[in-house]
Amino acid sequence: MSNSGSACNGQPSQAPSLSSIPGHGQPLWLLAELTYKCPLQCPYCANPVDFASKTGELTTAEWIDVFTQARELGAAQLGFSGGEPLVRQDLIELIREARNLGYYSNLITSGVGLNERKIADFREAGLDHIQVSFQAADPEVNNLLAGSEKAFKQKLAMAREVKAQGYPMVLNFVTHRHNIDQIDRIIELCVELKADYVELATCQYYGWAYENRNDLLPTRAQLERAERITNEYRDRLAAEGNPIKIIFVTPDYYEERPKGCMNGWGQVFLTVTPDGTALPCHSARMLPIEFPNVREQSIEQIWNQSNGFNHFRGYEWMKEPCRSCDEKEKDFGGCRCQAFMMTGDANNTDPVCSKSPHHDLIIQAREEAELPSHKEPIYRNERNSKVFCKS
Amino acid sequence: MSSADQTAAITLESVPALNRMFRFQWEKAQDCYVLLYPEGMVKLNGPAGEVLALVDGQRTAADIIQTLQAKFPDAEGIDRDILDFLGDAREQLWISL
Repeated sequence: MSNSGSACNGQPSQAPSLSSIPGHGQPLWLLAELTYKCPLQCPYCANPVDFASKTGELTTAEWIDVFTQARELGAAQLGFSGGEPLVRQDLIELIREARNLGYYSNLITSGVGLNERKIADFREAGLDHIQVSFQAADPEVNNLLAGSEKAFKQKLAMAREVKAQGYPMVLNFVTHRHNIDQIDRIIELCVELKADYVELATCQYYGWAYENRNDLLPTRAQLERAERITNEYRDRLAAEGNPIKIIFVTPDYYEERPKGCMNGWGQVFLTVTPDGTALPCHSARMLPIEFPNVREQSIEQIWNQSNGFNHFRGYEWMKEPCRSCDEKEKDFGGCRCQAFMMTGDANNTDPVCSKSPHHDLIIQAREEAELPSHKEPIYRNERNSKVFCKS
Repeated sequence: MSSADQTAAITLESVPALNRMFRFQWEKAQDCYVLLYPEGMVKLNGPAGEVLALVDGQRTAADIIQTLQAKFPDAEGIDRDILDFLGDAREQLWISL
C-alpha cells in the first residue's frame, strides 16, 4: 500500500504494513507539564504516583524547541501545567516565547505562588489566560484537601486579581464527595468573582485520585442533586442575562458508555512531561508502553511515527466487545488507562461500558461510594510518592 | 458596555470590537482564520474571517461593508450578510458594540 499523501510521510518504505497505521489529526493542544514540584498535596492529583522517581527537568531552551516544533505541526493551544508551573523560574520567558510563536497560552495554576506583580508581568509577556483551580467553596474543606492552611484565601485574592487585570476568568472546581454538596455555594462564589467560564469537573480517577477513589467518589444521589442544582442556577442566571457559562462534568463511573477519551488516542492532544516524555494524554505514563522523549526524537517523529502514539490509533488493536461494536467510532473503546488500571490489560474495553465483561468493577465502586466509612486519603507529596516508587 | 447595547439592532453606524476573551488570527496549519479562547478554537469560514479581520473597535459596520464590497465587487447582498453575521457574532459573545 502506498503511503503517499498520508500524515505518515517520511516513514521508511520497508516499514511493515503501513496501511494499518490509520490517519490522525494535528496536535492542536500542547500540554507542557513544566515540573512535578508543587506546594500543595491534593489527594486527587493527576500526576503519576511515582513522580518522585522522575528527575531531570527540560531546560528553558529545550522547552522553547518543543514549542517551536509543535507549533509547526499545528499546535495552537499551549497549557502551562505541572505540578505547579509557577515553581519554574523561567516561566515568564516561556510565556514570551509562546506568544511570539502565536500560541494561545493558558496558565493552569493553584494560585499559590502567584501575586499581583506576576499576573501583570505575565500579561505583558503575552499570557492569554490564567485558570485558577479551587478545591471547594469552603475554606476548611479547601485547605484540608490542598494540605495548606493559607491556600483558599490566596486563591480567592488571585482570582480577583486575574479578573481585575483583564484576563478571561475560568474557574475550575474539582468536585468529589466532600464538596459536591456545596455546589450552590461554589456557583455563587463563581458568580461573585465574575467568572466567564466555570468548570465543575468531577475528579478523574487516575494517579493519586485512583488511590484515593474510596474517599473521593460521590454517591449517585449526591451527583444527581448537584446536577439538578447546577441546572437551576444555569436557568436563573441566563434569565438574569448573566453570560457566565457553567460546565458540569459527570464522573464516568456513573455512565453506561465510556467517554471518547482525549477525542481519540493521538488525535488532538500532546502532553510533554517535566523530563521530556511525550504522551498522548497526561495519564498515559502508567501504561506498559514505551513512550518517546523529546530529547531523543523530533515532535514530528513522535507524533507521526512513534509506536507510543500509533499504539491505539484506529481500531485494529481492539478486542471484543469493542471490535464489532457500532459505537466504537464514537468512544474509541473509552479510556486506555482506565482499562489498564482496572482490568490489567490496556486493550480491553473501558469497564465503564456496560458491555464490558469487567463492568462489575464499576458497579462495585458505585456500591462502595454508598458506604459511610472511608479511609484517610493519601496526600500527594514527595514522601508518599517515594513509597509508590519502591512498590 | 451596557446591556442595552448588546440587544439593540446592529446598524451601519455600529462599531464592533472583539471581546477580550478571544484572539483572532490566521492559522497557517488550518489554512483559515480562527478565534482562540481559553482551551478552545473556532475555525472561521472564508466570509466570517474576512469580516472579523476588519473588526478593530474603530471601523463602523458601514466601513467594513464598503471595504469588502470593494474587495469582492461581484458579491451581491453583501451588506445584509455582513450585518447578519455581526449579529450572530455578538450572540456568540465574540464581539460587542
